[in-house]
Amino acid sequence: MTDEKMVLMANQIASFFGTQPGGDQAAGVAAHLKDFWEPRMIAQLKDYLAGGGANLNPLVVEAGESL
Amino acid sequence: MKDFIIPWENGTGIQDETDRGTPAKSGKPVTLTIDGMEITVPAGTSVMRAASELGIQVPKLCATDSLEAFGSCRLCAVEIEGRRGTPASCTTPVHAGMKVHTQTDKLRKLRKGVMELYISDHPLDCLTCSANGDCELQDMAGAVGLRGVRYEAPKAGGLANHFEARNTSGEVNPEWLPKDDSNPYFTYDASKCIVCNRCVRACEEVQGTFALTIEGRGFDSRVAVGAENFLASDCVSCGACVQACPTATLQEKSVIEMGTPDRSVVTTCAYCGVGCSFKAEMQGDQLVRMVPYKNGKANRGHSCVKGRFAYGYATHQDRILNPMIRDTVDQPWREVSWEEALSFAAKKLVGLQQKYGQKSIGVITSSRCTNEETYLVQKLTRAVFGNNNTDTCARVCHSPTGYGLGQTFGTSAGTQDFDSVEHSDVVMVIGANPTDGHPVFASRLRKRLREGAKLIVVDPRRIDLLETPHMGEAHHLALKPGTNVAVVSAIGHVIVTEGLFDQTFIAERCDLDAWEDFKAFISDPRHAPEETEALTGVPAQTLREAARAFANGGNGAIYYGLGVTEHSQGSTTVMGIANLAMMTGNIGRTGVGVNPLRGQNNVQGSCDMGSFPHELPGYRHVKMPEVRKIFEDTWGVEIDPEPGLRIPNMLDAAVDGTFKGLYCQGEDILQSDPDTKHVAAGLAAMECVIVHDLFLNETANYAHVFLPGSSFLEKEGTFTNAERRINRVRKVMAPKNGYEDWEVTQLLANAVLKETGGKAWTYTHPAEIMAEIAATTPSFAGVDYAVLEEKGSVQWPCNEAHPDGTPLMHVDGFVRGKGRFIVTEYIATAEKSGPRFPLLLTTGRILSQYNVGAQTRRTENSVWHDQDVLEIHPHDAENRGLRDGDWVRLASRSGETSLRAKITDRVSPGVVYTTFHHPDTQANVITTDYSDWATNCPEYKVTAVQVSPSNGPSDWQERYNAQAEQSRRIEAAE
Repeated sequence: MTDEKMVLMANQIASFFGTQPGGDQAAGVAAHLKDFWEPRMIAQLKDYLAGGGANLNPLVVEAGESL
Repeated sequence: MKDFIIPWENGTGIQDETDRGTPAKSGKPVTLTIDGMEITVPAGTSVMRAASELGIQVPKLCATDSLEAFGSCRLCAVEIEGRRGTPASCTTPVHAGMKVHTQTDKLRKLRKGVMELYISDHPLDCLTCSANGDCELQDMAGAVGLRGVRYEAPKAGGLANHFEARNTSGEVNPEWLPKDDSNPYFTYDASKCIVCNRCVRACEEVQGTFALTIEGRGFDSRVAVGAENFLASDCVSCGACVQACPTATLQEKSVIEMGTPDRSVVTTCAYCGVGCSFKAEMQGDQLVRMVPYKNGKANRGHSCVKGRFAYGYATHQDRILNPMIRDTVDQPWREVSWEEALSFAAKKLVGLQQKYGQKSIGVITSSRCTNEETYLVQKLTRAVFGNNNTDTCARVCHSPTGYGLGQTFGTSAGTQDFDSVEHSDVVMVIGANPTDGHPVFASRLRKRLREGAKLIVVDPRRIDLLETPHMGEAHHLALKPGTNVAVVSAIGHVIVTEGLFDQTFIAERCDLDAWEDFKAFISDPRHAPEETEALTGVPAQTLREAARAFANGGNGAIYYGLGVTEHSQGSTTVMGIANLAMMTGNIGRTGVGVNPLRGQNNVQGSCDMGSFPHELPGYRHVKMPEVRKIFEDTWGVEIDPEPGLRIPNMLDAAVDGTFKGLYCQGEDILQSDPDTKHVAAGLAAMECVIVHDLFLNETANYAHVFLPGSSFLEKEGTFTNAERRINRVRKVMAPKNGYEDWEVTQLLANAVLKETGGKAWTYTHPAEIMAEIAATTPSFAGVDYAVLEEKGSVQWPCNEAHPDGTPLMHVDGFVRGKGRFIVTEYIATAEKSGPRFPLLLTTGRILSQYNVGAQTRRTENSVWHDQDVLEIHPHDAENRGLRDGDWVRLASRSGETSLRAKITDRVSPGVVYTTFHHPDTQANVITTDYSDWATNCPEYKVTAVQVSPSNGPSDWQERYNAQAEQSRRIEAAE
């Protein structure tokens, strides 16, 4: 998928968990990605993060560290 | 019509269907004596029904137990000791100690006289009548011993009857009416009518349409449709009137043509998620008609135009009956043997995995196919291909239900059975159009609305449910597409801030920390309806009144559809709905609950069966080693612990070049999935697309292998409906393609296993597959074919703890333990209207057509809907210079198409609406690839569009049609 679409999808997930109470929003994003994203999608996200992760929600960036 | 009293017949599923004349009641026990025999029945029961339960059938014509007693025919008169006269047994309730006589000289004489009068105005053409052998009038003439008719035409002239077109002098009889055969499926022959009113009452009481009436009085009384004919009337062709008619007045055209059936087999409809039980009535292996099965627990003897009549696709000439292959999609198809097709497919799939990796191929299971077939397809990818690349069309409809209800309640399913609605006091319908999408449930709901239940509709469009005749209070929250979460949260805000929540339920049943967080969130003034009004378009006062009605109204039930799920916040809205149910204590008893109306016959089942890439059967994540072990031990393989690709991800991966092969059973993703151009690009990038279907559907334009499928009439299995009800599907004819679909999947699996050296599958009957499901999936542990034969159906969970199944979920506690409130912040979709695309398009279904139309377009249902049209508000039409019926161009950032405009104020200004039943229109070329944040369920319901005048089909439509025609060529056999 295009990076643009991947960024949109990841940011959507982060937008939801960002509204949730408690301090574990990034963990929520990471858990959701692990549960629902197929490994090649995760790999694309990690590559993108390695390349700077432009336009990604900070929660995705934080979640990326535990993927 | 005539009662078939058939005892238990092994394999047909038919149980006692005796027509007891009036409906069952539930009062305290009352004991009386009928013809010297004592019987105890509930108070309120009619004498007629009590007699029937003793085995005494009192003669009757206007009574049938699907309708309340009417008391017009006088044939059911009885004598009661201590009472004068001869009261009608249908309208006389039982009393304690009552002594009833159903057969006396007086009654015999009376009944014979009544019958003589009836027959004096009825043609005596029984031998050539279409109802011969299936006519209650004929039966009653026999039962009362009618042996002659003394009445003649008046000597002074005129015929004074309704059944002779002309007198012997050739003069026209003004009382005679020609047959109305305008409806494609049944005829109305007024000359056979006895004006018993059953059809009129069925249309009112059972269907709730009120299309029929009796006009005139006395001898002039006639059934009338309030229009030129049935087709032009409000009639929705549900068949209830035909079912109720005791004569040949309302008769299926198929019976007129073929004659009466000689056997019946109970099976389950293959259209929507209501899952109606039908009797397939047969002559040999020819289907004569489908009749709604009285003992069917989802439909209770009712039907809609699709299940009742639209089965002609199963024998349509377009069906492909031989396997076909081709190397590239620009070649014509070549018919080959099953062996060659399967070997061709298997070699390609194995080759792709060798070249591109184990995860380069996958499957799409069908929500149209049986549980057993779906189970095998997901098993194919998990156990044979060795990956989790399985998905199903629930991805594009109710996947957010799975996520949202799983998070809040702990399981992905509706909480009630359909009977529950009979006990609801206020019903909220969100983003669903039941009269069109789930018509039999709609009829049951409308009955409750006529009894006084309140209705709240949350929908951008004024749906027909809001026009229910004789209903009481109704609220319509006509929201702007895409603002569901804001509306649901505003309802929650009103309930919480006005103190209308159920503190006791919350304290006992819900996670209190989560409740406190939620309460603080939802109480914030930004969720107040006055604040959200500008965003949602719903007036604050309207929303407040609806919220109060729901919270204060007694048993509150929520039913919702794809207008909830198919949004970028679909899962969030589902959670918001669960929040509303929990905060008002509307969970865990009859009359309440959260009920997703499932789109297709087996959407629930396909999800249950592990069709999703992250879940094994029973909604258990593939990451869980203890769950994988169960299947690894059963299947003898190692299961991939990582989730697989969902349908949109498969298409993306195909475009990227990492996903190369697909086995797609019974789903037409090219027509049904969003952003057609992207779907086409994905399919075109694959090297092996296997389509397994009845027809060369749109997806098959890009296929390399076509495996012909079998219809629901040609297979054994089970479907699971929206109530979690597992119903049997029974084979009534041999598969025209040679194999049931589960056999085709097994053949494909074995062809692949032959290439890879694996051990072949050896199922010989779907019952064996169900046994494997039961052995591996706790919620199905008690399900087997013997249980289904005995009970008719069961609702899962069905296991040791619930041997009879589970009509109501979460009765004593939630599946997850405590119910969990979840914060539901509104986040606007990225799809926004603006100067280029100022209108919002939303899509839906219509009664007579079904989804991509592959089935219904191949029936006479197209008489009601032969093309998709664009509904547009008069204001928006005028701004664009559009007239009703004009061709218009509908464009979004994804694509454009053309269709005709229908100007109506059912949609609000700024909103346009269309259906997606016709491939000529391809509404999904317009929809975007935005999707639900949690599940990737596409955002079908919100697309920014522009509408402008047009001269006809777009260039894209013409190119598409040319490509489709080219792709469907079949090489002549040598």
